[in-house]
Amino acid sequence: MIDTRVKIAGVEFKNPVTTASGTFGSGREYGEFVDLNKLGAVTVKGVAAVPWLGNDTPRIAEVYGGMLNSVGLQNPGAEYFIREDIPFLRQYDTKIIVNVCGHSIDEYVNVVEMLRDADVDMLELNISCPNVKEGGMTFGTDCKMIEKVVGEVKKRAKQPLIVKMSPNVTDITETSKAAEAAGADALSMINTLTGMKIDIYRRKPVLANKIGGFSGPAVKPVAVRMVWQTFKAVKIPIIGMGGITTAEDAIEFIMAGATMTAVGTANFINPKTTEDVVSGIEKFMNENKIKSLDEIRGIID
Amino acid sequence: MKITENGIVVKNKNIAPNIYDLTIRLPQISALAKCGQFVDVYPDNGANLLARPISICEINGDKLRLVFQVVGAGTRLFSVLSEGQSIRVLGPCGNGYALTEGNKFILAGGGIGVPPLLETAKNLVDKGEVEVFLGFRSGSFLTEDFEKLGVKVHIATDDGSVGFKGNVVDLMKSLDAKADIIYSCGPKIMLKFLAEYAEKRGITAYVSMEERMACGIGACVGCVVKIKDGDGYVHKKVCKDGPVFDSREVVWQ
Repeated sequence: MIDTRVKIAGVEFKNPVTTASGTFGSGREYGEFVDLNKLGAVTVKGVAAVPWLGNDTPRIAEVYGGMLNSVGLQNPGAEYFIREDIPFLRQYDTKIIVNVCGHSIDEYVNVVEMLRDADVDMLELNISCPNVKEGGMTFGTDCKMIEKVVGEVKKRAKQPLIVKMSPNVTDITETSKAAEAAGADALSMINTLTGMKIDIYRRKPVLANKIGGFSGPAVKPVAVRMVWQTFKAVKIPIIGMGGITTAEDAIEFIMAGATMTAVGTANFINPKTTEDVVSGIEKFMNENKIKSLDEIRGIID
Repeated sequence: MKITENGIVVKNKNIAPNIYDLTIRLPQISALAKCGQFVDVYPDNGANLLARPISICEINGDKLRLVFQVVGAGTRLFSVLSEGQSIRVLGPCGNGYALTEGNKFILAGGGIGVPPLLETAKNLVDKGEVEVFLGFRSGSFLTEDFEKLGVKVHIATDDGSVGFKGNVVDLMKSLDAKADIIYSCGPKIMLKFLAEYAEKRGITAYVSMEERMACGIGACVGCVVKIKDGDGYVHKKVCKDGPVFDSREVVWQ
């Protein structure tokens, strides 16, 4: 009998599979394709204190092995999220992780305060979005800023706090240690890598925002490496993501040290991916006589 | 409701330069599809992981007819699909055209915006008089399919190779075409002029828009257009809130 359960900061998930923020909406769109009850958690699209318009279009560009996006965290705001999305998700037996975004420390704090009495399981602090001019990645690439924003948010947050890390740094273990020191309960990695695509016929960037976040199967080796390095550098659990398309991909992340894994861009390529990854992990455990994921987590030296 | 289905190619034919007429057997998606909706077709290779949104040209029993243009590597892969091959499709996506009551309807299409109007025309012929205005850069395609429905077809080409020389809205102006409702699909600039045409004459116009898309189902928030909201605007999703919008709602730039 296999046990796929995992625990992060006292929250128990039925399996180690969630969604990467921004690739799954609030689950509604995917409910037609997958049974949301089968997911360990749904990590929702970034929520700000007030509605955000996002960037101009084109926001999407295809590249080998993945895509670039510069959506810019368009979202209808925390009030809408609390009113519409939480009741929707609570119909399902899955945990809710809310991705929190802001342009400033005050804005981040504002959102977590609005969510204090909301029925959500965990918060994920988005200090790594490359598509907003203020906040986002500008916070997540500087250790001093990370300590400041994570510290302030942690003081006010009621639910356990995950900090989503940017891969656009020289040493992810340094930024990760800064987040841990400031009180993060867990880390999630990686957010998108900054990228660019040029239309050589129009002699212009494809994205209206010029640069965007690179995601998809092609980034997986970078993400696995960062999870592996970080696992050795911090004591808090890691939610690993970046190019996960199959159960085998998710297992790689777990062996690198991830407690939980998230499916991102693959949702766009096949809307059933999350459920396939869950059943694939179960199959792998059965075939390889793995009773608990503790047996394989972080086994790579 | 939307589903993913592996379709079998029934026919694929080159009908004009870079334009392909692809019929796929898709029993489940065909049963759900309506005029003005689109499907997401997956190239399924490393260089082209994202689905290509393609409008539904015709729904024929358990088959969908997709008439598409080769614009890049992904659509080029579709152009070489042959009978019996399998292709992964998600759909039907979007809301399609609202078939409002009226006595007279105009269908206005430009280029690769022409195909979705065929299924729409089939749905409107029994409701009232249908007049079709089709614009192309050079030459034409699908015009016989409209003529077969017994509707009046006007053609405009930029180079004058077929019909009226000029764009489709100029052709409509030259005939002072009037209707209760206009259904249209085409390049943004054409839809903008069409919106002005309709507004001046007090005609309701539905425009079908296009944007770069990733998911096709409303999750990625990539394919937005600006829609009026009070004194400002909001970003609405082409794939989920559209692709059809009332022309008066759109912020034309």
